[in-house]
Amino acid sequence: MEHSGKADRKSFGARYQALANTLQLDTRLIAMLGAVICIWLFFDVFSGGLFLSPRNLWNLSVQTSVTALLATGMVLIIVSRNIDLSVGSLLAFLGILGGFAQTELLPLEGTHTWWLSILLMVIVGCLAGALQGWLIAAFTIPAFVVTLGGLMFWRGAGWLFTQGRTVTPLDTTYSDYGSGFIGETYSWIVGVVGFVCLVAISFWKRRRRMSLDFEVKPIAVEVAILAISAVLIAAFVWTMNSYDLPRSEIGRGIPAPVLITIIVVCVMIYIANMTRFGRYIYGFGGNPEAAELSGINTRHVVILSFMLIGGLTAIGAVISTARLNAAPLSIGQLLELQVIAAAVIGGTSLSGGIGTILGALIGAVLMQSLQNGMVLLGVQSAPQQMIMAGVLIFAVWFDVIYQKRRR
Amino acid sequence: MEPIVEMKNVYKRFGGIHAVDDMSLDMYPGEVVGLLGHNGAGKSTFIKMLSGAYSMDAGEIFVDRKPAQISNPIDAKDLGIETIYQTLALADNLDTAANIFFGREILTPWRALDEAAMEHAAIQVMRRLNPAFSKFHDPVRNLSGGQRQSVAIARALQFNARIIIMDEPTAALGPQETQMVADLIRALKREGIALVMISHDLHDVFDLSDRISVMKNGRHVWTGSTEETDKDEVLQMIILGKRPDGSYAPGILADENA
Repeated sequence: MEHSGKADRKSFGARYQALANTLQLDTRLIAMLGAVICIWLFFDVFSGGLFLSPRNLWNLSVQTSVTALLATGMVLIIVSRNIDLSVGSLLAFLGILGGFAQTELLPLEGTHTWWLSILLMVIVGCLAGALQGWLIAAFTIPAFVVTLGGLMFWRGAGWLFTQGRTVTPLDTTYSDYGSGFIGETYSWIVGVVGFVCLVAISFWKRRRRMSLDFEVKPIAVEVAILAISAVLIAAFVWTMNSYDLPRSEIGRGIPAPVLITIIVVCVMIYIANMTRFGRYIYGFGGNPEAAELSGINTRHVVILSFMLIGGLTAIGAVISTARLNAAPLSIGQLLELQVIAAAVIGGTSLSGGIGTILGALIGAVLMQSLQNGMVLLGVQSAPQQMIMAGVLIFAVWFDVIYQKRRR
Repeated sequence: MEPIVEMKNVYKRFGGIHAVDDMSLDMYPGEVVGLLGHNGAGKSTFIKMLSGAYSMDAGEIFVDRKPAQISNPIDAKDLGIETIYQTLALADNLDTAANIFFGREILTPWRALDEAAMEHAAIQVMRRLNPAFSKFHDPVRNLSGGQRQSVAIARALQFNARIIIMDEPTAALGPQETQMVADLIRALKREGIALVMISHDLHDVFDLSDRISVMKNGRHVWTGSTEETDKDEVLQMIILGKRPDGSYAPGILADENA
């Protein structure tokens, strides 16, 4: 009896796999989305409908943004067999640098103060990342060691600017990048633009494949996928618009940090899948020797990947300090571990070569959902951490099994 | 006939070890050269200087009678020299097209990867090698040994190689797949491509190569037509460094006595 039951389950798995293959869908991503939906429903039921309220989802999306943004960069770092432990410290350093620039270097509340300080943070972030990447690539010092050094170094360097004082308040325009939102009309425009881009991309891809006589997805499937994305985009915008400003009917719309994260995610998906750099990151992660023998300048690839995550850390620093309207030295503590966990839960393999930007994004959402939901249920922070640890290990265990069965 | 590649008096040291010590070799279009020797005889090191993976300490390389500067794999590929490594040097997590074009991707006018064009070309070149092959969307780790070998060879063919270096092409293959590679080598030969084959398998080398070159301790022992020697003589050259005329290669005897 038991045997036949097992055989049945296997054939279901095989059929599911075959179906997914014909539809050209990523089964792992769908499984993760399923997990997120289960978690959401669970918390919604046990919090008495609080979890899926527009207000909580709005907050959840803002809470996720910095982790998600950095996780997209961390995926590329881990895929190319490196690691970056310095993001939390570097974020604090760049935040303080930005605050210092706004209060000490540039005119207070000047017209150009906000963007000049952001530009400075991004440039310094890229340089700091490039420096770490150069140490790793040129001298073959393990990334673990270099970025562990970065973890200790950058927060210390941040202290030098202000002797540990918290910089506050920050420029008002600058603060909008953390706590602002774009309003109902613009939110709908963003949604429509996003959907039009999706349609254009799938149409273009389809035409290109048909012109070369390739197999294409059935048109019904293509339309169904686009319809589902349209519904998801509309649901997202509607939710963001349903969290009203106090004592009014006016919705807030998409929060600025979330909009920034969405743009970064799109750019990172493009970089990972559609550029030579992205291809080399994956190829190098799959087989460093092959990349070398193919004549790829692997040093440049590694340096560039760290430069990229340095720049993303600067954007993360803008969001986190702007949200607080302050730049304390303690910001971003243990952030690196959260970011790595999000990437790993999202299916990034620590042995390199495997991982997707979308996976990391979903991983970040999953982690933040758990944390947010447990707070709503009144779980204290110590058991929260223990549960998160369990989830991380379970996710990796699941991945090991999944990878084995695919072969 | 004019040689397509001449490697003259090549030296390579790693620390105090003379990996390659005054080795020379010529290659002609439409000819297979079998490069033989023990493990550590310097065959792979010698050939990696032609493929651009190592740089020479001393020596010269001429391609089409013109001095060639090969300082990295790109230089070699620009000269039409392609290498199929013993490890195949495939990125296991990427699919067939991505591996064939690895490092030489086709780009769209706005500098993005042109996946469709690469897949199209990959299907064309794989059809020449392995008409039954259909797993174009699988990462190459899911392919069989022979299929992986085909992908590695396709990478060389796609870019109109004139010289193909094969490092142990049949070491990891079953009898059927070995036969497939042998047929392929003969086909490449007919197309006028110069081939160098490094192998342990004397049977394969005698079967496929027109000339044989033997190395021992990084030194050249003997080079000659396959027809004018036999397996026993070649074995003596590989093991003892003893040439068919009874003499020993320079430096070999002293090493053995020391």
